[in-house]
Amino acid sequence: MGRTGAHPGIALGSLSVWPMTTFDLAALRRFVDTFADRLHERKDELTALDSAIGDADHGINMDRGFTAVRGKVAELDDGTDLGTAAKTIGMTLISTVGGASGPLYGTFFLRLATSLGERSEADAEALGVALRAGLEGVAQRGKAVLDDKTMIDAMSPAIDAYDGAASDGMAAALNAAAEAAATGRDRITPLVARKGRASYLGERSANHQDPGATSTTVMFESLRDAVDG
Amino acid sequence: MTQDSTAAVGIVVVSHSAEVADATVRLVAQLANLPEDGPRLVAAGGLADGSVGTDAVRIADAVRRADAGAGVVILADLGSAVLSAGTAIDDLLEPDVAERTVISRGPLVEGTFVAAVQASASDGLDGVRAAADEAADMDKLGDRA
Ligand SMILES: Nc1ncnc2c1ncn2[C@@H]1O[C@H](COP(=O)(O)OP(=O)(O)OP(=O)(O)O)[C@@H](O)[C@H]1O
Ligand SMILES: [Mg+2]
Repeated sequence: MGRTGAHPGIALGSLSVWPMTTFDLAALRRFVDTFADRLHERKDELTALDSAIGDADHGINMDRGFTAVRGKVAELDDGTDLGTAAKTIGMTLISTVGGASGPLYGTFFLRLATSLGERSEADAEALGVALRAGLEGVAQRGKAVLDDKTMIDAMSPAIDAYDGAASDGMAAALNAAAEAAATGRDRITPLVARKGRASYLGERSANHQDPGATSTTVMFESLRDAVDG
Repeated sequence: MTQDSTAAVGIVVVSHSAEVADATVRLVAQLANLPEDGPRLVAAGGLADGSVGTDAVRIADAVRRADAGAGVVILADLGSAVLSAGTAIDDLLEPDVAERTVISRGPLVEGTFVAAVQASASDGLDGVRAAADEAADMDKLGDRA
């Protein structure tokens, strides 16, 4: 291994900045590990949120899904392109998560895969285009719109924020996305759910935090930390 | 659409529970008195590890097995059963099979029964789907109502 100084980071006096401008398989693997770890740690919290307005399985579903994803992604060889890797994630989720979040997150990663294609690296713009394709897939699959109180309320503002900050680089864009997801998650807590199992509760779904918007926020935080960390 | 009008429309039963899907297929095959060479009824319930849930990959496999060329009607229980069936159609099935596969809004048991009867009477995809959809309004109480 060469000296750290051998990398093409920007040297600002004594301060060396390493702007991560591309997203590659190593970053995707860090993301999967980080997200899987956090879902595992927060399994009970997510399930408790779902127990208030659903069937108390969201944490269990997501932990089971990403434990399987972690295994599959670890088996990929190092030359795997981003499209194939994202497709592996999506296919694994649709058959192991079980609840609504399975086909929804599964579709998210399958559409990401189509958008990323055979690239081995994505720049900030390509990652933004792929994330938006994922969001559109989730919207198309679940037919939820803003304020229906679903994961869409975290995902959609996150991707708008990403686009708004993309010219400042991928790390800044992902940081903005993670913050916007958390804001979206909290904004919809007072609302009545209009999609998914929580909508069966009608008015009683108000003033409960949505489990799917919560896991989506963890997803964007994990993405940010996998790139910035 | 590519549809073989001589073959029977197939039916796939999707439930969060493998037991419910399997039992619905067995029950309907008996109630509708389906002949050996009649419409193919295939169950797609639960997850591979036995957990409760729905699995789009399993549903896509079931559709391929149910399809004899005339198309497939999917009957689903609640929530993610419909989302997973949609994922199978839009993201997993081959385009020719996907374009002759539809999801019915009918109830699981009644819809599967009506669909099986229509399919064995050689009705086409649209007729079988319409009958399964209408099973929601079936008057099962008759004059008890
Ligand atoms: N139609 C939808 N569109 C977008 N997001 C949805 C939709 N339905 C549910 N969700 C999200 O999924 C989360 C629930 O996921 P979970 O894995 O617990 O599924 P579930 O509701 O238990 O599924 P099932 O229908 O199998 O019971 C919700 O908190 C919500 O954010
Ligand atoms: Mg749930």
